[in-house]
Amino acid sequence: MQRLVTPELTDTELVQRAKAGDLAAFEALTTRHERRVYGLAMRMLRHEEDAEDVTQQTFLSVLENLENFRGEASFSTWLLRIATHAALKVIRKRKGLEVVSLEEATEPPDHSEAIPHPEFIADWRQSPEQLVETREIRRLLDEALARLDEKHRIVFLLRDVEGLSIRETAESLGLSEGNTKVRLLRARLQLREQLTQTLGDPATQLVRSPHHQH
Amino acid sequence: MKCEELLKMLNEYVDGTVDPAICEEFEKHMAGCNPCQVVVDNIRKTITLYKAGQPYELPIKFRENLHNALREKWKEKHPAR
Repeated sequence: MQRLVTPELTDTELVQRAKAGDLAAFEALTTRHERRVYGLAMRMLRHEEDAEDVTQQTFLSVLENLENFRGEASFSTWLLRIATHAALKVIRKRKGLEVVSLEEATEPPDHSEAIPHPEFIADWRQSPEQLVETREIRRLLDEALARLDEKHRIVFLLRDVEGLSIRETAESLGLSEGNTKVRLLRARLQLREQLTQTLGDPATQLVRSPHHQH
Repeated sequence: MKCEELLKMLNEYVDGTVDPAICEEFEKHMAGCNPCQVVVDNIRKTITLYKAGQPYELPIKFRENLHNALREKWKEKHPAR
């Protein structure tokens, strides 16, 4: 007997049903998570067709490997890891680095990099809640992201947009936690800088004194 | 704590994973340093804004193809008895 697939079912319940051969449960899982996977791929790759390919590959791979999913991580973490790997493959291909391993492609040493200093410091004219409602905000956010180095952008997307932990982000990318944190900090500071240039109120601009100490 | 040191601890502070003793120093510095206060506030808002961003909608045609492809694959994996 097939029980009804309802929206209240958790991912874990849907996974169990899909593993037991319930196609409706698998489709419900796909419908629930497809926009997230597609959005991550769009933001990582900035190319519609590539994002579609990655999304399709991701869910085909989920279908193929669902029986091996043991639930050590949450379903969405597992799913995002698959999507990240698929997107990284596209990035490596673009760069002509097919033979280079993930670790080599994504982990040049970061310790030498200085932390960028905040330049434009000012209160924002509007709250994030108000800004979300404005039409131009999506473009502003995407453009700021696009200006980041790839390695910083990907860490920010996984950690701050998708909400993975530092450890999960590091594992998904084959990075050390230390490097992940450094990249995240650089990404956050650079995005802050760019957004504040546009959203900051010049009337409230502050100048950091060069020898400020406490 | 100097501004530079505060910058290095920014992730941990914003994510609430900073050691309580360091957190106290961090807040003491911020209380007397307006620029650092604003930078921290800007960073929090930046993260909030990206988290709240509108999701990307799948192009309708693509969504259809995706679900068709998945049903095909499902049939291969679960042949009808």
